[in-house]
Amino acid sequence: MFDRRTFASLLLALALVAGLTGACKPPAPTPTPAPTPVPEVVIGAIYPLSGALAPTGEVLKGGVELAVEIINGKYPDLNLPLAAEEGLPNLGGAKIKVIFGDHEASPEKGMSEAERLITEEKVVALLGCYNSSVTATASEAAERHKIPFVNASSTSPILHTRGFKYFFRTTPHDRTFAENFFDFLKDLKEKKGIEVKTLAIVYEDTLWGADVGKAEKELAEKYGYEVVADIPYEHETAEVTSEVMKLKAANADAVMMASYISDAILYQRTFKELDFNPPGILAMDAGHIDPSFLGTVGADGNYILSREVWALDLAVKKPMVETVNDMFKERVGKDMDGSSARAFTGMLVLADAINRAGSTDPEAIRKALRETDIPGDMIIMPWEGVKFDPETGQNPLGRGIIVQVQDEKYYTVWPFDLASRDIIWPMPTWAER
Amino acid sequence: MTPQALLLAQTVVSGLLVGLMFSLIAVGLALIYGVMGLVNFAHGDLLMLSMYAAFWLHKLFSLDPLLSLPLCTLLLFLLGITIYRLVVKRILDAPKISQIFATFGLVVFFRNLAHFLWSPDYRLIREPFLRGRLEVFGIYVSIPQLVASIGAVVASGFIYWFVMKTEIGRALRATAEDKEAAALMGINSDRMYALAWGMGAACVGVAGALLSNFYFVFPEVGAIFGLTALMIVVLGGLGSIPGAFTAGIIVGLVQVLGGYFIAPAFKMVVVFLIYLVIVILRPQGLFGKW
Repeated sequence: MFDRRTFASLLLALALVAGLTGACKPPAPTPTPAPTPVPEVVIGAIYPLSGALAPTGEVLKGGVELAVEIINGKYPDLNLPLAAEEGLPNLGGAKIKVIFGDHEASPEKGMSEAERLITEEKVVALLGCYNSSVTATASEAAERHKIPFVNASSTSPILHTRGFKYFFRTTPHDRTFAENFFDFLKDLKEKKGIEVKTLAIVYEDTLWGADVGKAEKELAEKYGYEVVADIPYEHETAEVTSEVMKLKAANADAVMMASYISDAILYQRTFKELDFNPPGILAMDAGHIDPSFLGTVGADGNYILSREVWALDLAVKKPMVETVNDMFKERVGKDMDGSSARAFTGMLVLADAINRAGSTDPEAIRKALRETDIPGDMIIMPWEGVKFDPETGQNPLGRGIIVQVQDEKYYTVWPFDLASRDIIWPMPTWAER
Repeated sequence: MTPQALLLAQTVVSGLLVGLMFSLIAVGLALIYGVMGLVNFAHGDLLMLSMYAAFWLHKLFSLDPLLSLPLCTLLLFLLGITIYRLVVKRILDAPKISQIFATFGLVVFFRNLAHFLWSPDYRLIREPFLRGRLEVFGIYVSIPQLVASIGAVVASGFIYWFVMKTEIGRALRATAEDKEAAALMGINSDRMYALAWGMGAACVGVAGALLSNFYFVFPEVGAIFGLTALMIVVLGGLGSIPGAFTAGIIVGLVQVLGGYFIAPAFKMVVVFLIYLVIVILRPQGLFGKW
């Protein structure tokens, strides 16, 4: 059918097309490594750099890299730990070097990456992993090897209850966040006169989603709400038609969702297709605050409420937030979000501890981590500060906020005194938009 | 209609729409297996490439997916032949395990190529020509999905007609039955294989362009559809085109109906249960061979 020459020119054409479309991808700037012979402190960071969660992995990595740049460089204007001097002053100006591992959202891979980073790359501490199911196994490996593990973004409540000595979590967990939801519903009733009596609870079925669902169901019972639909679903699915139809049939006053990015997009599209109009959707972070969510669904994402750990409009009270976000945007091409902000903060907390330890000995780092006490005005998070509970390694000073998508952007709407905009409840129906 | 009947009708309609989507993808896979006895594990990733093609044609040249459909089909047709010539042809006489690894290698290659070239971000064509939904007697039908289903029926019908009623189709079937005997009759099996690959890939070319109207595109999207397509092909009877088509509809219906009336968490359980029952009772699949 084809002779050699036609064939070769076909291949060339295909290659050109690939090149053309590849050239349209925005360049991803990477920080240049420090060329000086100053000793390095090597840290491992394990994130989902490929697979369905790769967009999130990319921003997590970006957050860590920005923190490293600030630590290793001189930024006296930023009120962040270790920004003012180059490198770690108590270690003679040593620079941080991060080696990234890709866990592909697989707990087994996460564990093997942790092992590899500890035994082959000789990291002195680990950061990771976003997916709670992967953090569970990776931190197990760290515990065995007696390497400190700082968890900045996984929120499954069980992670700090395992009696581990080397596990430290900066972020509040889903139990706290679920409580935040019910505080919010209570405020909605008392301060805005909006009453929610029935709930539909939808959640993806890995460790994270299942734990969120469980916490929400327990708290619903505790506070007297009726759960009219309980819908766990497989998160890598081609369609969610039956799930949404069940939601329509249940007709709850509010829908609580826990989804990762691809299912969040799928649900939003299906809500529109099947004309599902609940009064309000309360999402538990993750997929719904990922930049790819609004990037993909655009205006269809309006009016969704999400528990958030961080929002850009915190800059109103903390101008440093905007400065850091600008730096991040310059390097990664997107605004920061809860994931990148927490990864960024986690790296700073770890570096602060290493600096106070004055050594790269994992035991010394662990001891320094336990003594961490960073005040709220030195972090870009809406927390009171960072400390670690001596028994569990959990930061008790964290808290969440609730944001709403309005005009395709996230605005803080709760706590009402931190809100930058008024909440819109109930959501306008699809027909009204 | 009573609310119950309405709900049932909506579920059936949605199930049909989902199922026909699967059918088209599966038909292409069935064609390749039917002619060559080779399972193309990279089928889902060919779908991914077609979806990206439709996306980029829209982004760079503002070409609506409906208009770029013929172009995507042609591109995938050529890609299918290229894959045959470059990879598959060389492993035709190799042990089965090498053949499996070859197409599996294509999976890894294509996915990572897509990651590298186009980043893992999700892409969606925002304002395609086909959008919105219809409301028919209280049942919601998504317009892009409806058109995709019609496209699936047309494309599958065409493939079936081509294979069963044309001279070249007979040559394809002859090669599938007995390569040597067909060669003795003057049929060039190399050309037939290339054609099978080209047409099989063209099927997902059509499917990809249609899907891009309403589904988001990212490097791993092949995994979501590819695995189900494999299962559907086996269910329908390896190599049977009407089999793959029917099985696709069945899987779509079972998935949505099972998900609604039993529980969404169990929808795949129901699908695979039915699959197991059929495959145990009738190992050659629903329709056996053409």
